[in-house]
Amino acid sequence: MNWNGIRAIYRFEMARFFRSIIQSIVSPVLSTSLYFVVFGAAIGSRIDSVEGVSYGAFIVPGLIMLSVLTQSLQNASFGIYFPKFIGTIYEILSAPISSLEIVIGYVGAAASKAMIIGSIILTTSFFFVDISIQHPFWMLAFLSLTCVSFSLLGFIIGIWARSFEQLNLVPLLVVTPLVFLGGSFYSITMLPPIWQSISLFNPVLYLVSGFRWSFFGTSDVPVVASLIAITGFTTLCLFIVWWIFRTGYRLKA
Amino acid sequence: MPAIVQVENVTKTYDGGFEALRNTNLEIEQGEILALLGPNGAGKTTLISTICGLSAPTSGHIRVGGHDVVSDFREARKLVGLVPQEINLEPFEFVMNTVRFSRGLFGKSRNDALLESVLRDLSLWDKRNARIAELSGGMKRRVLIAKALSHEPRVLFLDEPTAGVDVELRKDMWALVDRLRQDGVTIILTTHYIEEAEAIADRVGVINKGEILLVEDKADLLARMGRKEMRIELTETVSAVPLSLKKYDLARVDDGAALVYSYDTRGERTGITSLLTDLQGAGLGLKDVQTRQSSLEDIFVTLVQEASA
Ligand SMILES: Nc1ncnc2c1ncn2[C@@H]1O[C@H](COP(=O)(O)OP(=O)(O)O)[C@@H](O)[C@H]1O
Ligand SMILES: [Mg+2]
Repeated sequence: MNWNGIRAIYRFEMARFFRSIIQSIVSPVLSTSLYFVVFGAAIGSRIDSVEGVSYGAFIVPGLIMLSVLTQSLQNASFGIYFPKFIGTIYEILSAPISSLEIVIGYVGAAASKAMIIGSIILTTSFFFVDISIQHPFWMLAFLSLTCVSFSLLGFIIGIWARSFEQLNLVPLLVVTPLVFLGGSFYSITMLPPIWQSISLFNPVLYLVSGFRWSFFGTSDVPVVASLIAITGFTTLCLFIVWWIFRTGYRLKA
Repeated sequence: MPAIVQVENVTKTYDGGFEALRNTNLEIEQGEILALLGPNGAGKTTLISTICGLSAPTSGHIRVGGHDVVSDFREARKLVGLVPQEINLEPFEFVMNTVRFSRGLFGKSRNDALLESVLRDLSLWDKRNARIAELSGGMKRRVLIAKALSHEPRVLFLDEPTAGVDVELRKDMWALVDRLRQDGVTIILTTHYIEEAEAIADRVGVINKGEILLVEDKADLLARMGRKEMRIELTETVSAVPLSLKKYDLARVDDGAALVYSYDTRGERTGITSLLTDLQGAGLGLKDVQTRQSSLEDIFVTLVQEASA
């Protein structure tokens, strides 16, 4: 293994994050606080509780997921798209580093950034609502699997994209709707039956549900289903990444 | 000792179906400086990219230090440093960071003392904490070289290192190449500046339309293909070359004020003596005579023209 190579990529990517640390932290903290004000305080005051949890607390896992998904996608897709865009990818391609090591470096850094932001949002939410975490181990497991799998997806998007528009297209057109319709701000039991069935096809629902279970012990879908969904999704992304490097898709001339 | 870089029957066909390299064979000896000459679009960058792993050969094999660049890429690439033709650098990055990154990427552990000497050699030490965007074009080119040297390569590829750089940098570059050669580094550079090849290369390869036309020792090449030209200035202009001088194949230049005779220095007889006699016989008066050795440039142009004909 080329550990020095992995470390070089990881450090380089993290340095980019810490260089704009204020921006990296302020924007998620600000938007989370706004969500709390709008959803927690304004709307939440009209909803006593969802499944025995105060509405303000109920939306915390969904809020964290929303940010973590978007951040993972953005960081990872930008991380690999940018070297392609400005041409510095030549160095990665000519280095004695395997595709697996490249992925560990880039995806590891993107997932770490998303984890950091997730933790910051969690900390912020302690200032607004009372929450306790019933299954801390599973909370961390869901959080890190989500960071890794969506960073992998971001990496794939970054390699596929030929322009900045394409880079932003998938997060905008696919992921944001899936997150909003995935029960981040409500329990799907609050929906009419037909929408409940449709929601079951939304992969993000399984993530949010499992993650919320680790906080409150209640979930929309069985926890096992959530675990299967997230591992299945991670495996799928890994397979696509493996294929990309095997064929040199959009990487090599 | 086997060649440090071996290119065997390599072809490269791009996705669009364009054949950029045709059945290319090339052996580069350890420690030599090879200049690859060729017009734009000849396939120089493609050849380098295929050796360095930026593009996969369509067929054939490439070995560096005996390691296949595809199946044993790790060992092969450890030996290779690449300075690309384009200035591909992250504008917001700091010089020292980007050089340190390169070293790590190639699997080497941190060694700031070595990086300092690399940066000093390239007159970049004062700029180590500058952002790339703040540097001039020539300085950026030096950063690319520093990145390639940061991991102590045994084989260095310089793809048009002096295209569009000022004279000073070009001289610095030549001096650097000389130092690296003394350390035993093998250097392959592409260029369209013939004078560059003439000044620093041991061997010269000529490539055109994806084919290597020849690879030869620079001195041998000059001697073999070396032709001399004799320029004869006349006291009075002539409207045409006199028929009696037809066998010399003279060229009439400067509106007939001079005639040019080209001859092979290695031929048994240059024909100069008889030409001078015959000039006199034709009643032409000589004002001055100059001779000139043809340069690599002439050779190169001739080769490329022959290949295209
Ligand atoms: N990625 C590519 N896809 C298709 N054709 C290419 C690509 N890169 C280079 N070529 C073509 O291959 C030929 C050789 O290019 P190149 O190796 O860059 O030449 P040189 O470096 O000698 O100027 C050119 O005709 C060029 O247009
Ligand atoms: Mg080129």
